[in-house]
Amino acid sequence: MSQNNLQSDFTQNSRVTWEGCSVLLDINDGDRLVFARLTSGSTLKIGNKNFSLRPLIGCPFGSLFQTENGKEGPCLSRFVPSTEGNNAEERGDCEIINESRDNRAIIDNNKAQSLTGEDIDAMRRQGAKGDEIVEALIANSATFEKKTLFSQEKYRLKKQKKYAPRVLLRRPFTRSICEAYFKKYPARIGFLRVDALSLLLSMANATAHSDVLVVDMVGGLLTGAVAERLGGTGYVCNTYLGGTPHPMDIVRMFNFNNDTCKRIVRAPLNDLCLAQSETSKQIGLHEDAPAVESNGPTSSINMEEVSKSSENDVADLDRDTNVSPTSKMNKAPKAGEGAPQEALKLWRENGFSSLIIAAPDLDPWSLVKDLLPLLSYSAPFAIYHQYLQPLATCMHNLQLGKMAIGLQISEPWLREYQVLPSRTHPFMQMSAFGGYILSGTRICSS
Amino acid sequence: MLLIDPSKKLSFTQYIRDGDLVIVYEKHDSMKAIKACETSVLQNRFGVFKHSDWIGKPFGSKVFSNKGGFVYLLAPTPELWTMVLSHRTQILYIADISFVITYLEIVPGCLVLESGTGSGSLTTSLARAVAPTGHVYTFDFHEQRAASAREDFEKTGVSSLVTVGVRDIQGEGFPDEYSGLADSVFLDLPQPWLAIPSAGKMLKQDGILCSFSPCIEQVQRSCETLRSNFTDIRTFEVLLRMYEVREGKMDCGQGDEGVSLGSPPYKRRQCSNESRKVHENTSSPVVMARPCGESRGHTGYLTFARLKCH
Repeated sequence: MSQNNLQSDFTQNSRVTWEGCSVLLDINDGDRLVFARLTSGSTLKIGNKNFSLRPLIGCPFGSLFQTENGKEGPCLSRFVPSTEGNNAEERGDCEIINESRDNRAIIDNNKAQSLTGEDIDAMRRQGAKGDEIVEALIANSATFEKKTLFSQEKYRLKKQKKYAPRVLLRRPFTRSICEAYFKKYPARIGFLRVDALSLLLSMANATAHSDVLVVDMVGGLLTGAVAERLGGTGYVCNTYLGGTPHPMDIVRMFNFNNDTCKRIVRAPLNDLCLAQSETSKQIGLHEDAPAVESNGPTSSINMEEVSKSSENDVADLDRDTNVSPTSKMNKAPKAGEGAPQEALKLWRENGFSSLIIAAPDLDPWSLVKDLLPLLSYSAPFAIYHQYLQPLATCMHNLQLGKMAIGLQISEPWLREYQVLPSRTHPFMQMSAFGGYILSGTRICSS
Repeated sequence: MLLIDPSKKLSFTQYIRDGDLVIVYEKHDSMKAIKACETSVLQNRFGVFKHSDWIGKPFGSKVFSNKGGFVYLLAPTPELWTMVLSHRTQILYIADISFVITYLEIVPGCLVLESGTGSGSLTTSLARAVAPTGHVYTFDFHEQRAASAREDFEKTGVSSLVTVGVRDIQGEGFPDEYSGLADSVFLDLPQPWLAIPSAGKMLKQDGILCSFSPCIEQVQRSCETLRSNFTDIRTFEVLLRMYEVREGKMDCGQGDEGVSLGSPPYKRRQCSNESRKVHENTSSPVVMARPCGESRGHTGYLTFARLKCH
């Protein structure tokens, strides 16, 4: 393998952050999720203070940070929780089974805490750390000792989130990006849940050296997820109807290197279909038909023009700025150029190796009847939709037209569990709907 | 099965060649994996199919038997392979498999450890995910099973991405040579908690472990063990609900003619034809979908955890 390849593998799969890399910041255990680009100038606002993200550069993903009052004002510093685990959940104790305490003596009269807001402010001014304030609050709580271990832990966690917030540095991978959006802004990704997205990728056999045709109207999440599986080989071609390509801002949340970005291309459906009809007719058309126009003004879009620059390179899912801006200093490589001629030629000859559609607002059948002929024979496909009926109709039409076999509509179901000593049960809240998927394999109809 | 060498884009450009692995599709729940061989024949209830008729045809073709019966010939994928492989053990299916790959953050170039190999259903998908530059090291304590898995990986063409070892991972742990090198570890063992400390040694910082267990007691015990060195411990159950689609007519409630709704499912063509005759001049047929009456109710719990950063 060439030096170059090793270098690019390094940035894409690196387990340590670098200057200019994209990260997902998980503040207080998922309370806030923020996509950010780590530059020396970028900052993150927690409470009413701004924290520089510079200390995060060069740290391993998975590191935890705590807010501190440094010499030059508030800063984030690396924090390593003790491996022993000091809370009830981590002790895995059996005491809880024989817990004798309960809440009969606890009265909700707002008098349990003897520290006032002024007291806490005073502590802060004297330079007390967040943890120290939490301990003081516990020491001054008249009811803390009466609480059960479990609720003591809850109390501590609540105070810790407020007075000693923690920031977890996470890798922006399909899993974390999809979960972050699903949690905060599901409509932007067409309510595509991570298990449904995973199924789409498997059912469409997305892997190195494949040429995957996608219709991504879920903000670029699907395109990014496919590109992640390609690892800088093959192509993911995001096609669109009419003149305007679908936005795919989420692609820039991934840390794709140049090799991978080059493999993310766009082509209007007309270009692909034109290519198709050229092959089937082969004669006559050549002189008259205009060359496949992939350099038209709409075929490629410059990410940096689309992005709305905010001042500090931070995109907060809590606020209405989910577009992670690229800093002027370090150019994020461009993804989503028009498909190169040689690729169009390759697809014309061989067909795409698979198809994935995630277009919540389009009718699956009208898309599929045009797109399926662009696939090679025996190519698998998977179509996501939030509604069952359009998929049922699409499946029925595919059957009647003998265009595909192995047709199946499936609905993913995902349930998470709380697993604790003597307190294991499914979570009280769950996502009740993950959409529907129609999958199948294209066949040679002749 | 996989395009490891881009110069041999086997699946799609190409035509079936002598020696290729072919998935013979009769219907969605009846498929078979066969090596095409110039001199062989396939005999089934549809008649006798000569392999020599297949060679040179594109994958995805319909081929006919001496009696005029037909089957489709498909290019193998890990999903199709999961449906045709010989079960030497209970296997993982697509819902769990696809979730595991995404949740373990397996991408091209990753080094993945797995135990046990079982029938190699998951292994094939792991291989697809790490291709072209990564590798899967999979271990099973059953020597014959490991050998059969090796043969299968040879047959499906993923053997350059997978190494099968015979080893009791619960008893001995993973080999030290992979210490600190694994991006992800997958455990499907009866007592996963015995292998968790070793898995922790193998993983890179922030690397992810997944343990698959059918019983909640196994999960309980695994989670207790995980708490010392792992974080972000999460347990899931993933299932799929399948739907039946058919065209039928709905009675508007005035006539006393029977509706085709109650008739046996999955006879789409016949049903719609019959109802067309009966209801010729009444309402037009509609396409309807409903969940299948029976489905898999439980496979196993998937517990994920990340190795803590030091």
